[in-house]
Amino acid sequence: MSTVNTGLSGTKFFMNFPVTDTSHTLAEYRTRFGYQALEKALREMSPTDVTKEVAAAGLLGHGGAAFPAGRKWGVVKLGDGEPHYVCMNADEGEPGTFKDRWLMECVPHMALEGLIIGSYALQGRHAFIYIRGEFDLAYRRMAEAIEEAYAAGLLGENILGTAYSLDVVLYRGAGSYVCGEASAMLASLEGKKGWPRNRPPRLTVKGLYQKPTVVNNVETMANVPVILRLGAAEFKKVGTPKSPGTQMISISGHIAKPGVYEVEYGYLWTKFIYEDCGGIQNGKALKCIIPGGVSTKILNASEIEGVTLDHNSAVAAGSQLGSGGMIAVAEGTCMVRLAQVIQRFYHHESCGQCTPCREGMGWMERILNRIVAGGGRPEDIDRLYQISQANDGTTICSLGDSAGYACSAIMDHYREEFEYYITNGRSMYDGNLTVEDPFASALVGVAS
Amino acid sequence: MTGLVQRLIPEFEVWKRRYPAGFEGSLSIPALRRIQEERGYIADEDIADLTAYLGVPRTQIDEVVAFYTQFTRKPLGTHHIQVCHNVSCSMRGAEGLVKHLSARLGIKPGETTTDRQFTLTTVECLASCGTAPMMMVGDAFFENLTPASVDALLTELKGSTS
Ligand SMILES: Cc1cc2nc3c(=O)[nH]c(=O)nc-3n(C[C@H](O)[C@H](O)[C@H](O)COP(=O)(O)O)c2cc1C
Ligand code: SF4
Ligand code: FES
Repeated sequence: MSTVNTGLSGTKFFMNFPVTDTSHTLAEYRTRFGYQALEKALREMSPTDVTKEVAAAGLLGHGGAAFPAGRKWGVVKLGDGEPHYVCMNADEGEPGTFKDRWLMECVPHMALEGLIIGSYALQGRHAFIYIRGEFDLAYRRMAEAIEEAYAAGLLGENILGTAYSLDVVLYRGAGSYVCGEASAMLASLEGKKGWPRNRPPRLTVKGLYQKPTVVNNVETMANVPVILRLGAAEFKKVGTPKSPGTQMISISGHIAKPGVYEVEYGYLWTKFIYEDCGGIQNGKALKCIIPGGVSTKILNASEIEGVTLDHNSAVAAGSQLGSGGMIAVAEGTCMVRLAQVIQRFYHHESCGQCTPCREGMGWMERILNRIVAGGGRPEDIDRLYQISQANDGTTICSLGDSAGYACSAIMDHYREEFEYYITNGRSMYDGNLTVEDPFASALVGVAS
Repeated sequence: MTGLVQRLIPEFEVWKRRYPAGFEGSLSIPALRRIQEERGYIADEDIADLTAYLGVPRTQIDEVVAFYTQFTRKPLGTHHIQVCHNVSCSMRGAEGLVKHLSARLGIKPGETTTDRQFTLTTVECLASCGTAPMMMVGDAFFENLTPASVDALLTELKGSTS
């Protein structure tokens, strides 16, 4: 079950109460300001006021691209006679990312309240939560929250006795990483295979069933009630001027204390890693960090020195905060093997629509497999770079690009490991991806 | 239409109440999930019946079944074990976990035991990276796995079906 890592200093919007077996329920959410923001929105604010407040707060999308939420909402024209749809992206498939799962397991009503407020702002009559098909507890908690909200008059006809009505559909995916991409998600919501599509037209112009649609991440939505409760001015006092608020960070890999943490933007990265997360397993040194899901470029230990956790600082350091899915890698880890695992993932998940991505992902994986098997060729490194670049900007969604960036960033930093592997037919290290392998000696005594 | 889909239609009709009008096609994925939950896989007749019920082109349903990894056209073992082998899990022992399960069950990933009790597959990140290594058995997540916890679970699963 989920825990709360409350040790960090700084403001917390989500991880500010003890998680118990019942803290996710409507009754307990009400003791933590639950649905007061919705009351305020419906009774005291016009839909446009809500969008203005979210824009003034400077809320940035938490799904990976940090796009300003208020600006996205502002594109949808109220009163254009079209239905408008709001879809909450709960597909959380970016490797290393598990913060939306925490939010749905522990504060499902917060995300739901945000979705209802967002739908009111966009005057939607129906809203959708697209949740990844494999989620179990997160799905049940979200489903329970929706039923509780219907029973309490917070969803359905005439919410809280006002003229506003909204239905919410909790839609389960069925296993596909690319369906986390907003246009693929809408195709999936139409009951089709999840193929991303080219823009324009933007989804806010032609989205779900060709109607104006706003897609926002779970964490983005969960911030909306906080903004309405505090007001944009107070919200902006948290974090940094360009990254207001907090970021949910899920950290895993070779870290001593993996888990979900809520970090106020502007927090010192090294303090987070070495103090709050206890440094690396078994007291090892940090080799590098994947900052925000495997689609973001790695940074080595020295590149995060003095850097703060906010969007501009991460970009200045050469990467991105992405989805907040941080992976810490210990010294002695074979980066060729790591690149191989990452590339296997991208190859598996490419939807196959664009030639550079479909062909390139498989090609890169085969080259890496060959290097790892000891059959690497001197020209392989250049090949990997070339294929990575062929994807840059030539594909419909950014899956292909991201795979290219991820692989080239690893080679930029650790080219010597690739050269060593190719020349010697084996890893510069022991070739293991673990610091401590719980299964290392497990097979003693297994009858074959 | 006489089979499983026919029997499930009343449930599908209840779901429709929360959808906007004209969203019939959207029911394909939820309906296929429900069908698979009942039958264990998607049969030819399910595809034909669902196509007729939803009024969508048959290719749409065929494509959906083929595209999403959770759908299967053939029956799996009673217990479907899915081990995450993405980055964070690999860094915490997923490769050893797969080997351990293969040895215990006598099958490789992608295979089903001859007694049809277990199917073993590898999957991508399931958002349990902080509690790696992990696997799913059926719908349930099992996290922070060790040889001892895996063996205990296998014994329990074998007992539950024998
Ligand atoms: C391949 C791919 C996978 C994605 N997966 C997710 C995801 O699982 N969850 C998510 O919120 N956004 C994901 N995104 C980003 C979405 O396309 C979209 O930008 C986001 O949901 C918008 O919400 P936000 O503005 O609140 O961040 C993905 C993008 C790509 C290209
Ligand atoms: S870049 Fe890859 S995943 Fe994205 S649409 Fe093209 S083929 Fe599909
Ligand atoms: S890498 Fe295995 S659950 Fe994320």
